Amino acid sequence: MKIVKEALAGTLESSDLLVKVAPSPTDTLEVMVQSEVIRQFGEQINKVVRETLEKMGVTAGQILVDDKGALDCAIRARLQAAVLRGADCNKIEWSRLS
Amino acid sequence: MKLRRSMLFVPGANASMLSTVFIYKPDSIMFDLEDAVSLREKDSARLLVFHALQNPAYKDIETVVRINPLNTEYGLLDLEAAVRGGVDIVRLPKTDRPEDVHELEAHVERIEKECGREVGSTKLMAAVESASGVINAVAIATASKRMVGIALAGFDYVMDMQTERGDGTELFYARCAVLHAARYAGIDAFDVVYGDVNNEEGFLKEVDLIKKLGFNGKSLVNPRQIDLLHNAYAPTEEEVEHSKRVVAAAEQAERDGLGVVSLNGKMIDAPIVNHAIRVLQKAQASGVRK
Repeated sequence: MKIVKEALAGTLESSDLLVKVAPSPTDTLEVMVQSEVIRQFGEQINKVVRETLEKMGVTAGQILVDDKGALDCAIRARLQAAVLRGADCNKIEWSRLS
Repeated sequence: MKLRRSMLFVPGANASMLSTVFIYKPDSIMFDLEDAVSLREKDSARLLVFHALQNPAYKDIETVVRINPLNTEYGLLDLEAAVRGGVDIVRLPKTDRPEDVHELEAHVERIEKECGREVGSTKLMAAVESASGVINAVAIATASKRMVGIALAGFDYVMDMQTERGDGTELFYARCAVLHAARYAGIDAFDVVYGDVNNEEGFLKEVDLIKKLGFNGKSLVNPRQIDLLHNAYAPTEEEVEHSKRVVAAAEQAERDGLGVVSLNGKMIDAPIVNHAIRVLQKAQASGVRK
């Protein structure tokens, strides 16, 4: 799955996150994570982001995650929403989202 | 005894509320993917609810998802997310005919099979929001073995009836019709939301009315209404003490081989004993009114 257009999902409200995705000019996958709780939970947040993208089969795109203390379930959901929007994907494979 | 007094609406697009709402301990939490979510956030809200349902924090609380109507482009996707996410109950809005429930049930069964969920484990609830829905309430309530409840949704109903929310007179027929349908079908009945969250007196007045009518509970829009509702539905100490005496007298009569017994000069028969048992079950489940 490739990101073919810019897209956003989420908000900057507390306990939420904003995910921005864009096509990669080098056709690679670039991921950047910012978080208010990066010191305490940075490892876990990065793990959730990495696993979610892997499961969806995202191979190319720029992914920016701006986390405001969201739970793992919200991180997965917002990331998936942004990727599906950016990949212009209309067909959902639920097994890749669980 | 499963209590369904309070069903708290939570907007499906609100990550913060989805992450914390379980702390308020309503009897059921209803994640809303319909009216509370704007059209451009439907996809993101659906995924939030899908993952929130799998959060261990919701393991011990009954979850409900209000999907969009199946005749919209969102309804079926919402249903996929809800059933695959493990929801306990799917709430179908704008249910006008029993065929709406049949269509929903067929899709639920297909999704259960596809995702490996036990067939029949997803329960259903219908919200009636129109004159047509109220007229067909009995057929809707009995449309599926999966049905556990029927709810009246006030705003759309009064619009359809060309009136507006007032002192409850405008809902009188619909409340009675929905309630009778629920009792006939052996399922639960839920009253409309009370939107004026700062008016506790008005809220409690409405709760008193629907409790007397026989509703199991009410859809709620604010966590502040939960304790007020639960307390109003809890039996009083006097009711509990009286019920204990009724049950004790009935048990004594059975030991003595008597069919009918009296307590303080009043005859106690089976319906009175059954009512007393229900009061004691409610007290055990919800505590005594403060």
